[in-house]
Amino acid sequence: MLIDLVGPRAALGLVIVGLAGAVVFAQAGQSVLPGRFEIAGSWNPLGTEDVQNDSVPVDYLGLAMTDEARARALSYDESQKSMIERQCQGWGAAYAVLGPFGLRISTQPDATTNRIVSYTIDAWEDWNGMTIWMDGRPHPSEHALHTQAGFTTGRWEGGALAAHTTHVKAGFIRKTGVPLSDQATIDWRFFRHGDVLTVLMVARDPIYLVEPEIISKGFRLSQAALDYRDPCVPSFEGPEPGDPVPHYAPGQNPFVNEFVELYHLPREAVLGYRETLYPEYRKTIKDTYVPPPPCTADCGVAGNFVRRRGP
Amino acid sequence: MRRPAAPKREGRRRVLVAIAALVLTLAAVTRALSGPRGEADTPRPTSLSAQRQGSASSTSARDTAPIDLTGYWVSYVTENWRYRMVTPAKGEYRRIPASPAALPIIAAWDPAADERAGEQCKSYGAGAIMSVPGRLHITWQDANTLRIDTDAGTQTRLVRFTDGAPASTAPPTWQGESVGRWERVPAPDTGGSLSVVTSRLRAGYLRKNGVPYSDRATVSEHFDVAPLPDGGQLLLVNTTVEDPVYLNGPYIVSPHFKKESDGSRWDPTPCSSTW
Repeated sequence: MLIDLVGPRAALGLVIVGLAGAVVFAQAGQSVLPGRFEIAGSWNPLGTEDVQNDSVPVDYLGLAMTDEARARALSYDESQKSMIERQCQGWGAAYAVLGPFGLRISTQPDATTNRIVSYTIDAWEDWNGMTIWMDGRPHPSEHALHTQAGFTTGRWEGGALAAHTTHVKAGFIRKTGVPLSDQATIDWRFFRHGDVLTVLMVARDPIYLVEPEIISKGFRLSQAALDYRDPCVPSFEGPEPGDPVPHYAPGQNPFVNEFVELYHLPREAVLGYRETLYPEYRKTIKDTYVPPPPCTADCGVAGNFVRRRGP
Repeated sequence: MRRPAAPKREGRRRVLVAIAALVLTLAAVTRALSGPRGEADTPRPTSLSAQRQGSASSTSARDTAPIDLTGYWVSYVTENWRYRMVTPAKGEYRRIPASPAALPIIAAWDPAADERAGEQCKSYGAGAIMSVPGRLHITWQDANTLRIDTDAGTQTRLVRFTDGAPASTAPPTWQGESVGRWERVPAPDTGGSLSVVTSRLRAGYLRKNGVPYSDRATVSEHFDVAPLPDGGQLLLVNTTVEDPVYLNGPYIVSPHFKKESDGSRWDPTPCSSTW
């Protein structure tokens, strides 16, 4: 009938135009693509899991470190961060889940096609933020600049946002001085169930980690916008320019037993030995472990609380 | 042969019909293209009944599983180490939103008394068991029942893929009654998650040192899997415990497990109230 009315050429043209238009219309009209969820927004940390423990100086619990990493970590003095040239150095990509802050995630679409080019997790005052490139661009050359944030690409996979980070600058994977080399890579998975976003981090480092450091941290969607972007302004905190970098010589770290004694923890666990991450380890300490005395103060405080011993 | 010129009315008619045809074509093709994707515009969990409707030959939860959870899994304790691998100090409940009603119970924790009362499994109930360091052995007990055995405490959880809440009148148990549901990623992507809601729990502990949950608690979990860069596989169990009696708010943790190739390290041990 269409051919009879408008002629064969015109009919064919109409169908082609219709098909092309429908494809464009169908794609542009989608608000949520298969297997994908809205990740943009402000996400408050749940704070119900302990990923950095109490920030006691020598605390490497839950890590599988190499001997070299342990030696470097034991030489670390947190006063380094008081040096004026290091105050705004910030922490590396892993701090997204190791730090105490929430996440503010935004979407950057292409101005012409409206396709998502990247997601950005905004910076904090001591963290440089992270851009997850979603446009299929390759990772840069191995000789390209390494930064605190590194270079991250992402894709949707199995209902989660999967991302991969390379080109990180040598830094730390824990604030207690556990090092992470510039050869480290990090794989991420972002899962969303209702209003809870769970960020899974798998950090590998051929230099300083015997096994990957795996952290899963929960966040809850916040109705209020989060903003931690206070500028870092260096100020005098004690060390003078020209002073030596604070550190401890081998065997001289005065805090090596602090965490061990505070909670009656096995030393090999506190020092980040691999075997302490598996259930078999519990059986080896079952008969020697002595529980700490009952808690008498601040027993239910959440957050990065430090229960110090008395003077 | 050249066709005779059509009158003006006929020309207008042709234009109108052409426009109508174009609109119909657009509508039909758009619908066809957005068929499976259109479902994703309002993503919702795919219930077992929906799965049944969608497949005549494979209707069971086992046959329609979007992810494979079966096998042996070992705890990889990189978080909450101090609360999981050793027994924390009596009275400490940091990071748990304990209610005022819980505080006297926390203060009165007496593991020896629990042992004497035959309640040494209180810290192995469904509210805590996935955080207890150990191994999981996940199998299909039948086509619609997923079985999760733990070697720590020698516990068994049964996740039944049935519609609605459990209607059992049996007494509450440590592992309660669990209802499972696949949450499938809409086509054409693949994958998904297992959602489990557990109720009818016997009152237990969230931690070994006596931080309680009541028999009115419910446990909501999501089981997700993720590949590891070395070729291994990781199981992430997002766990939310809600208790109107002993918690001020939801207690949410996400223990994770590495997949093991076999059960050679499976080592069942009995419950202990002290260790």
